Amino acid sequence: MCCVALSAEDSALVGDAVLARLTAFVHVLRDNAFAIGLKETEDAAQVLGSGLGARIWPLRDALKILFCARRSDWLKFDEIFDAHWFGRGMTSIYKVSGNAVRANAPTRKMLSGDDNQTQQPGALGEQVQSGEDDDRPPPSDQLGRMEGASRAENLAETDFRKLADPDAIREAHALAERLARKMRTRLSRRERARNKGRRIDLRTTIRRNISHGGELIDLVWRQRKRKPLRLVLLLDASGSMTMYTSVFVRFMHGVLDHFHESEAFLFHTRLVHVSAAMREKDVGRALDRMSLLAQGVGGGTRIGESLATFNRWHAKTVIHSRTCVMIISDGYDTGEPGEMDAAMRDLSRRCRRIVWLNPMIGWEGYEPSARGMAAALPHIDLFAAAHNLASLAALEPYLARL
Amino acid sequence: MTAPSLTREEITTRLAAVGYIADREIAIALQLMDMLGRPLLLEGEAGVGKTEVAKALAAVHGTTLIRLQCYEGLDQSSALYEWNYQAQLLAIRAREGQAAGPVASERDIFSERFLLERPLLAAIRRKDRPVLLIDEVDRADEEFEAFLLELLSDFQVSIPELGTITAASIPRVVLTSNNTRELSDALRRRCLYHYVDFPDVSRETNIIRARVPGISAALAVQIANMVESVRKQDLRKAPGVAETLDWAAALVGLDVKNLHDDPQAVFDTLRCLLKTQEDKSRLPREVAERLLGKIA
Repeated sequence: MCCVALSAEDSALVGDAVLARLTAFVHVLRDNAFAIGLKETEDAAQVLGSGLGARIWPLRDALKILFCARRSDWLKFDEIFDAHWFGRGMTSIYKVSGNAVRANAPTRKMLSGDDNQTQQPGALGEQVQSGEDDDRPPPSDQLGRMEGASRAENLAETDFRKLADPDAIREAHALAERLARKMRTRLSRRERARNKGRRIDLRTTIRRNISHGGELIDLVWRQRKRKPLRLVLLLDASGSMTMYTSVFVRFMHGVLDHFHESEAFLFHTRLVHVSAAMREKDVGRALDRMSLLAQGVGGGTRIGESLATFNRWHAKTVIHSRTCVMIISDGYDTGEPGEMDAAMRDLSRRCRRIVWLNPMIGWEGYEPSARGMAAALPHIDLFAAAHNLASLAALEPYLARL
Repeated sequence: MTAPSLTREEITTRLAAVGYIADREIAIALQLMDMLGRPLLLEGEAGVGKTEVAKALAAVHGTTLIRLQCYEGLDQSSALYEWNYQAQLLAIRAREGQAAGPVASERDIFSERFLLERPLLAAIRRKDRPVLLIDEVDRADEEFEAFLLELLSDFQVSIPELGTITAASIPRVVLTSNNTRELSDALRRRCLYHYVDFPDVSRETNIIRARVPGISAALAVQIANMVESVRKQDLRKAPGVAETLDWAAALVGLDVKNLHDDPQAVFDTLRCLLKTQEDKSRLPREVAERLLGKIA
């Protein structure tokens, strides 16, 4: 299992036992979606051997700086470090966004000791290694729960892998592909210089050929900039949505596969960016990685807060001028309606269209009376039903017009 | 890894000497940069002092700071090198009718004399190990990022007419990003990473005292506390450190000794912190006074 090739010099500096723990730590980090290569591990060994390795806090900071690559890593690193090196309990590897209101937060010992093999069932590492043993009993995700919004986080993980029914996946992919093809790739009026194109960019050509003494040898062409529609999916994965989550997760995977530009987020009591996990070609692996990320799925709903988190940290990166944000939720929110209103107003100012798909619309006599839903309605461009793939397919004409 | 790397404490004191108040993590990050020879990627909101880190680093090591500001469409000819075509043409004209053969004159035309260094080439040709600041790398195109990746791993550049130029010394590279575009994993992995947050009250107090001459310690504490509570408000753009310093300078200029003495002046100068009309309307006078009342 050890995949760290360390030079003899490094091992001489640091004891074997410490190196083994470091290796285990690197594995835990990789399981948590840290991108860590061999070079980083070697460098970590060098850090351990230097003066920084002598005391624990400078060491933690140093490893944090070395191993983190983005803000999300930065936020969760301390917790993982403490859990691994001190065996401190933690409920989840993800920080809860904003002010954490946890109704029940039982501490679970997750990454205890120096070896992540010895874990309780349902804990983090086990999820990752469970690719092979498919005959283990499925985790119970049917906890007795009232339908509707709740503040509680569901600590039992929903097993997304059971969604991997080949036919259903194929269907979802076919639909997503159809949608993607229908989307017009708008050509913007702006042009940029390219190596090939329709018209010669005279100005740039002359400039570039000055080095040939003004002889036009390299031609530079102009082409119109392409701006494909970008689809950002925000899927509510809270308890009240359990019945529908499976359908939309498949759809999400299809969308990320077929659209040129798309991003996917899950939210329940917090917001999780799942694009990287869902881009995995192999469905099983994608769902594995996602169930790991989506700890807490099937619990309560804090839509307003999740949307605010989205606006604050992700909107700048994932939204551009031709972006359609698609929120899939029943609108049962435990947060303040005011919060929802503010978050939706912010969002509508940023993106081109907001589509809100509500599975409940399909129900007879449904009125969007949930407080959260009512607060969100004024900012929505299209409010439509979605309780199965067929209702998603009905969106085609609308999306094609954008 | 060539120069003896400084310890964390030395780095902190030297940074303080040049007016940069470092927190623990930044000092360790700078130490690791030297130890491992990796570039440092700084992310954080606008105004938290990312660029200042590079400036301070250059001052600490007594080297030059070479800055490359990235923008969309930035290409190699404005980042790496370019030939001085006008001078080349003039030289050719001047030599017309002279005896020198075409080969000799070509070698002369493509020589050092006509090479225009751009920041990246300048950085790797310096002998004194400069600090190379690649500012807002997220604004550059993806192609440029890929090129940067190659440069940052090999530190050599090949110029067809001149040959390969290898780095005289490996520069200390600091990259900053405002996260308008997701950077590639390859670039992220190659770099050390530090997320720069707004400074806490005690650090911000020290920053104010280091940067605003003639300010009293008590006022600096009050300003830091006030800015901290303004940042907690729901604003479109939380005020950065530069805004804090502006505000402190304004208050010193108005001869305010204590924020509680002159609430009117405080409210009038709050525009140093709030840069949009919307934020101003979100912090009306009552709210500002309430915040002011809470600080000691």
